Amino acid sequence: MSSITGGLADTKQTAASPIRSSLWRQAFRRLRKNKLAMAGLAFIVFMFLVCFFGPLFSPYANNKINPAIMNQAPSFKHWLGTDLLGRDVLTRLLQAGRISLTVGIASMIISVIIGSILGAVAAYYRGIVDQIIMRIADLLLTIPSLPILFILGALLSEWKVPVEYRMYIVMLMLSFVGWPGLARLVRSQMLTIREREYMQAAIVLGLNDRRKLFNHMIPNIVPLLIVISTLSIGGAILSESVLSFFGLGVMPPTPTWGNMIDAANNLIDFEQHPWLWIPPGVAIFTTVIAINIFGDGLRDVLDPKQKK
Amino acid sequence: MAELTIAASEGITPQQNAPLLEVKDLKTYFPIKSGLFNRTVGYVKAVDGISLTLQAGETFGLVGESGSGKSTVGRSIIRLTEKTSGEVLYKGNDLYNMPEKELRHLRPKMQLIFQDPYSSLNPRVRVGDAIGEALLNHGLAPKEETRDRVLDVLQACGLSSYHIDRFPHEFSGGQRQRIGIARALILNPDLIIADEPVSALDVSIQAQIINLFRKLQMTRGLTYLFISHDLSVVEHLCSRIGVMYLGTMMETAPRDELFTHPLHPYTKALLSAVPVPIPRLKRERIVLKGDIPNPANPPAGCKFHTRCPYATDICRQLVPEFRHMGSEHYVACHLV
Repeated sequence: MSSITGGLADTKQTAASPIRSSLWRQAFRRLRKNKLAMAGLAFIVFMFLVCFFGPLFSPYANNKINPAIMNQAPSFKHWLGTDLLGRDVLTRLLQAGRISLTVGIASMIISVIIGSILGAVAAYYRGIVDQIIMRIADLLLTIPSLPILFILGALLSEWKVPVEYRMYIVMLMLSFVGWPGLARLVRSQMLTIREREYMQAAIVLGLNDRRKLFNHMIPNIVPLLIVISTLSIGGAILSESVLSFFGLGVMPPTPTWGNMIDAANNLIDFEQHPWLWIPPGVAIFTTVIAINIFGDGLRDVLDPKQKK
Repeated sequence: MAELTIAASEGITPQQNAPLLEVKDLKTYFPIKSGLFNRTVGYVKAVDGISLTLQAGETFGLVGESGSGKSTVGRSIIRLTEKTSGEVLYKGNDLYNMPEKELRHLRPKMQLIFQDPYSSLNPRVRVGDAIGEALLNHGLAPKEETRDRVLDVLQACGLSSYHIDRFPHEFSGGQRQRIGIARALILNPDLIIADEPVSALDVSIQAQIINLFRKLQMTRGLTYLFISHDLSVVEHLCSRIGVMYLGTMMETAPRDELFTHPLHPYTKALLSAVPVPIPRLKRERIVLKGDIPNPANPPAGCKFHTRCPYATDICRQLVPEFRHMGSEHYVACHLV
């Protein structure tokens, strides 16, 4: 029930005590009252369901080319029209959503893991370890991330990496540029908590390192980590789209929202076939906004000092 | 849990007749770093040669104005801030000369009560867990008993049993300070260092907390090192009082002796500033000029000479000795 308070709270009989509402439950209650954040969450869930289950109901196969029906405008048969190879845009849009969301979440998870471990290690050991980790992070932060991604993407094309692996490599690339910022945040937060008076109280009480870390430090970092990782999904989706738009990320025929917008790259499609690039554009825009709104809502809510 | 088998006090061998706490010539300097390579360019001499002895059961009050180093004394005694030199003996055992593990097992015997009741409690830990966790962590009580022990100590500190499952932000300042006291008390400490425990509270709550300290001393025979800048609080609670200035002890004496016959000009000035509840009483008010000097560059000779109304040439050149003036009264002044 209350993983944050750990040991003592869970092991005791709580029959005599009044209802224990954990901080997480309180936070969830407050979150439910935040209409905007809940709307964001509802949209994210909706997007997931539609992208992962929608294509199952589509009468059109994923990458089936049909030159007879190329570049058709939206109709009852093809709700969002067809593209220049006669593929159904709606089916492709949903398939693309799977890839974009997966890449966004997976690269967030990888960068959060790398970033928080390295940040925590730097803050815990300090000294030379801290110096090395943080200088590497600083170095990566000083180089603008988009050019790095472009160069990496171009290198992948040069080395003729098989198309089906590109998606996984894009995840790694995005985590590679994502972790330094996270490591910095986690490190600074750990250092702040270390100096808090309740940590000094933990020293005076003679608590062991494990208890200090798991009962006092980590519970104070987790809320921050949840908020940052939520917000960074949006960023990762955007970066992946940019890469794919320039043909350096996930490659066709695998669709992503980014390489679908690539259609806007030539003037004829841009002017005459707007159904090719408006839907993926709207999908990116709405998904990222929903994630950011939800992330902001989480941030407001995950502060125990805040009431109602 | 390996600690379960080790009782907290087994780590040391208490020596017969040794006082509970003995501090010998304690010095705590903080390095001042500056420049490109973080070189140490000087030291803030927060504590500059303090000696004191605490017998079991007594209450020693440490007073002085802000920046005099009284909090650092308390923190250095329990190794929260590392000393620079000197000795801290607990029942005859040097706290600075024992393995980390042994020290950790000894820590429950010496507790610190923090000045700020707001920041000294982890906002994400329930009150009951915050109070009981050290007991569990040291294996001083089995899990099943912990909750009962917490309830007992909550009651002793004037809190209710239903408070046990609440979070710190649900309490007022005075209640939080009681939680801090309960957290220290549950470990049955020999020594409690209270670092200005009431200065963050308003006056009516201050009285409650002070009375709680008194009650606990009577019922449990605690030894206090009570750090405060408020002489009236110290007068109410302490049996012996030490006056600190700029990291050095100026005068120590039993309470009544200090309040009736202060010898050091600094003590006299402090006492003359204590408000008295008799409006028409004419008193000589000694007003000290200027601020406490920079502890990184303390004045030569007697540290107080820059603000002392009676300073002479010898005060500016020679450091006064800490002399015994009879009846447990010590003073560091050339003119006495």
